[in-house]
Amino acid sequence: MAKEIERAGVLTVHICTIVPISKTVGANRIVPAVAIPHPLGDPTKSREEEKVLRRKLVERALGAMKTKVDGQRIF
Amino acid sequence: MDGTLRVVHYLNQFFGQIGGEDKAGTEPLKRDGPVGPGLLFQGILGHEAEIVGTVICGDNYFNEHLEAAKEAVLALIEGYGPDFVLAGPAFNAGRYGIACGAICAAVAECLGIPAVTGMFPENPGVELYKKSVYIVKTKASSIGMKDAAQNMVALAMKVARGETLGTPDEEGCIARGIRRNCFTTETGAVRAVEMLVRKVKGDSFSTEYPMPVFDRVEPVVPLENLSEATVALVTSGGIVPKGNPDHMESSGASKYGKYDIRGVGQLSPESYEAVHGGYDPAYANEDPHRVLPLDVIRDLEREGVIGELYPHFYATAGNGTSVANARHFAQEIAEDLVRDGVRAVIISST
Repeated sequence: MAKEIERAGVLTVHICTIVPISKTVGANRIVPAVAIPHPLGDPTKSREEEKVLRRKLVERALGAMKTKVDGQRIF
Repeated sequence: MDGTLRVVHYLNQFFGQIGGEDKAGTEPLKRDGPVGPGLLFQGILGHEAEIVGTVICGDNYFNEHLEAAKEAVLALIEGYGPDFVLAGPAFNAGRYGIACGAICAAVAECLGIPAVTGMFPENPGVELYKKSVYIVKTKASSIGMKDAAQNMVALAMKVARGETLGTPDEEGCIARGIRRNCFTTETGAVRAVEMLVRKVKGDSFSTEYPMPVFDRVEPVVPLENLSEATVALVTSGGIVPKGNPDHMESSGASKYGKYDIRGVGQLSPESYEAVHGGYDPAYANEDPHRVLPLDVIRDLEREGVIGELYPHFYATAGNGTSVANARHFAQEIAEDLVRDGVRAVIISST
């Protein structure tokens, strides 16, 4: 899906845990996530700490949007 | 090699009889003898080979700790002193396919013995490991277990005995890209002209050298003014309004959902849930933001870091979804996004 949306000209950042799959499907900007069942959270932390963690990942994705890449890159 | 060959079988937590998604974090462990589908494999192996041990690892544990898990699994396999290794089959299960591929590649490289696995051609493990691993083609689900077991055993026995393999089509496996010289009765020129004539007549022909398909998309140029850009959220993690109004399938999804989030600042567990059969949804049901970061993106919108959040999010359950379906969903979603001037998308995947 990342590839097809990007093909249409809309910049796409893929936040995912299994980076090799993301590379295989052809995402260009990839942000590694926390874990498979909770990519943007961590149930062992408090809700506040989780949100801080989530914000960091989303900010990394926004950083990727502002970065020029030549091919696939992991942020 | 004389006598009965020793075989180790690798399975995930599900086929290894440990449990479902709630046990996907299981660390590598071993069981002497065959387990689960191993019994079927043993029946086909007969007296020629014996499954002396089964090594089992949870799909999440393996994929979240690729290197450590691979080492631990390899050590357990080596402890049995096998002549060859069978892994899976993984069918269309992505995490399992990656585990099977990684293990077979490591077994061949580090232990120097044959390893054979089985996968559905769309399994992401195929693209990653097809060059280094023997992968038998299977159906998408365990409905194809019997055929997969037969083909995997036949191929593994051939490799273990050092017999010459036929073409990938003859062996029922995915091409590794190995080239071997062979003699034909006609010259290349004659064969090429024959192929051309068939093509012109509209008859079927098969090329002797299929061209590799490289389907890469040029990265879109970076955004200069994020603070003026509309950003959209998409997820393959199956987050939907509570009650799943579109009846999205939790496996092999044939549809995606488009959900209005105008005025929605938080995804509460009372209003949203995860429908996805490929991971334990307990964490996402407790707090859907663990899969779809709406709370954070609303904060960033309010702070002016991004221009605005697109008023809908899109979701599907990326669990055994065919590549064709996923492509089709994304093309439709992209039409919306382009029409409405969305500049960037965050896709979150479980």
